[in-house]
Amino acid sequence: MKKLMFAALCAALTHTALAQEKTPSGKAVAKNPVSAEAEQVFRNSFSPDNPKYWMTRIEQDDAMRLCGQFKDNPPAAVRQKIELAQKATIRYPVDGKLMGNWKEGEKIAAHGRGGHIGFIQPDAPMTPRGGNCYACHQLAVKEVAYGTIGPSLHHFGKLRGNSDDIVKYAYDKIYNSNAFNACTNMPRFGLHNWLTPEEITHVVAFLMDPESPVNKD
Amino acid sequence: MRHGLIRTLAGVAITATFVGSVAAQDSKFADELAKYREALADGNPADLLEVKGAALWAEKRGPKNASLEQCDFGLGPGKLEGAYAQLPRYFKDAGKVMDVESRLVHCMMTLQGFTREQATKNWFSRPGTESDIEALVTFIGAKSNGMPINVPATHPEEKKMYQIGEYVFYRRSGPQDFSCAICHGQDGKRIRLQELGNLTTKEGAGTAMKTWPSYRVSQGAVWTMERRLIDCMRQARFPEPKYLSDSIIALQVYLQKNATGTVMETPGIKR
Repeated sequence: MKKLMFAALCAALTHTALAQEKTPSGKAVAKNPVSAEAEQVFRNSFSPDNPKYWMTRIEQDDAMRLCGQFKDNPPAAVRQKIELAQKATIRYPVDGKLMGNWKEGEKIAAHGRGGHIGFIQPDAPMTPRGGNCYACHQLAVKEVAYGTIGPSLHHFGKLRGNSDDIVKYAYDKIYNSNAFNACTNMPRFGLHNWLTPEEITHVVAFLMDPESPVNKD
Repeated sequence: MRHGLIRTLAGVAITATFVGSVAAQDSKFADELAKYREALADGNPADLLEVKGAALWAEKRGPKNASLEQCDFGLGPGKLEGAYAQLPRYFKDAGKVMDVESRLVHCMMTLQGFTREQATKNWFSRPGTESDIEALVTFIGAKSNGMPINVPATHPEEKKMYQIGEYVFYRRSGPQDFSCAICHGQDGKRIRLQELGNLTTKEGAGTAMKTWPSYRVSQGAVWTMERRLIDCMRQARFPEPKYLSDSIIALQVYLQKNATGTVMETPGIKR
């Protein structure tokens, strides 16, 4: 943590124009020369008659805009800025309990529907939204249909122990992944209200509880 | 058929879990999927649509009672051999970059006299409603079978559309923070069991682009590239873009340029 703070300080001090133009690997970032026009083209690709609610889904916050601009590999100074701003968005359940029920969490992790809009194949209204964790992560070994976009989370709690710090980390990461890793592929489930704080505590329990199949098998 | 496959895959997977490593399990999935695709390719339902498209191409239709045989897809009126593999491209007569579907609709309007609304009404098929556009695009696509994709995007308008396509590819929004790059910007990844191509590379973009239009077993229908990309937007939880909109054409320029040099195998067959 101290090291991180030091790195942050250094990054802030060396926040120069030069740093803005290079990725962490030192590769120069070329800004898309047509981005303003491209944004207009993108927006014009949707019918203005669409329900207003639909169109909120093409709006971008700072993190989305910067991640797109830097192809998800922003320079250190930008990365720092995104992570700090995102950290500040995290909200907790009223009762402060971050470990919910792993059985509920297991259902949320497996459920991948919900939230599809449009005229062709929308989800039925009120379709519950799932976390769809298995789309990208291995969790319990009994579920073999898991994706590999994210790392395996098998034995997540078993490997890390379930200290308060780890529980909070898991909660925070699910609530707003960009607080730890700007422009990660992982959605910000809490920020977007895709999952409620309570639902996130269930997923945390699925990851952490010694009785959960993530850790037991 | 599909359920049978899932059962087979699950069986293989369970066996693999007991006898082998995760890596072995992954490669077994890949083998089974490859076998499945091979079995399906023998008698692609899209072949019927291709025949239907050939008939529609030559049939006199519309207010002008004309066929599409004089339609120019970039290589001259009626010259279809290899045309699909070189689209999208800039068309001087329309003053814009067009993909195969926007050019086809352009011809249905200019040559046959259909209104835009008439031409695009059934741009994709539904149970009980067939789509002329799907049939015609399958026919036109097949005329590029065995030919390399070639979209260098050298014309200034094409180059700009490539840049717009690249912008859209990396643009993140929506309640899941998605962009195309989230799933299609890395090598060797999977979503659930579905392999994902890295569309920023020639190999990945080539694998994705060479087999469209494609018969989709899970949908029981042939999908055009417009249909494919519009559904990608749906899966990203975005609103539905308009058919033939410039974002969709720009994405195709981006993907086709990346895929340039890959040999077409169309109509394809997909999950």
